[in-house]
Amino acid sequence: MTVTAVRKDTAALTMTISAEFAATPRRIWQLWADPRQLERWWGPPTYPATFTEHSLTPGARVAYHMTGPSGDQPRGWWEVVEVDPPHTLVFRDGFANDDGTPNADLPVTTARVTIEDIGGGRTRMSIESAFPDSEAMERILSFGAEEGLTQAVGQIDTILAEDGVTA
Amino acid sequence: MQLVAFDPDRIFSALADATRRDIVSRAISGGEGIAELAEHYPMSFAAVQKHIAVLERAGLVSKQRFGRRKVVRTRLEGLRVAQDLLDRYEQLWRERIDRMQDLITDSREAIQ
Repeated sequence: MTVTAVRKDTAALTMTISAEFAATPRRIWQLWADPRQLERWWGPPTYPATFTEHSLTPGARVAYHMTGPSGDQPRGWWEVVEVDPPHTLVFRDGFANDDGTPNADLPVTTARVTIEDIGGGRTRMSIESAFPDSEAMERILSFGAEEGLTQAVGQIDTILAEDGVTA
Repeated sequence: MQLVAFDPDRIFSALADATRRDIVSRAISGGEGIAELAEHYPMSFAAVQKHIAVLERAGLVSKQRFGRRKVVRTRLEGLRVAQDLLDRYEQLWRERIDRMQDLITDSREAIQ
């Protein structure tokens, strides 16, 4: 099992997930720092992501869009808050309008990524997602229901097969 | 999912208080009335009554009559709204982590 722990605090509105990989912290960092690698895992198979702006420096804005099965292209952005390669990445994660400007009607969460060497050639990555306020929660609830963001299961095999060719 | 009947704003602000969270967890078994619940906290009966009113408006607890007694009982549907969102985020990140794992495995195989 890659995922080793999940902690959800319903009252504080945070979700923390930890995973362990047989790889170095630097290898895990690349998955975030190299946009071509990032876009191979950020979006679900039905909504693959394309990163058009990407720089992991504090204050930088990252821009991406996802492409849905019917050609729809929801856009998103990050605002990079804290960077300490290859150990820490903190960013605000939001949605964007068609022209790329932040969509103020959709919620912004803050993600804190922590990457640490745990010995034996293994690395632990923890991600804490925090919801800033209850209004944000409500919007995510309705957005998640409409876009089916998390309903991407079942197509992993296809992606794996494609990866085998391109890796 | 019966989300419509609940206002997430109210649910989350109601849960933002430690006493109210404790009341919600005690009231899951649903055997105590307001006076009995109030004994658990170093505050006045009126203060506890207010907390319960906030929880009631958020749909997190309800008062039910059993004979001559009125007990406070947690409404699990309300708790599920918050739980549901965090569950979705867990699922979202599990899928991302699976894809990260696949990428790492692929790149290792490519080197070998």
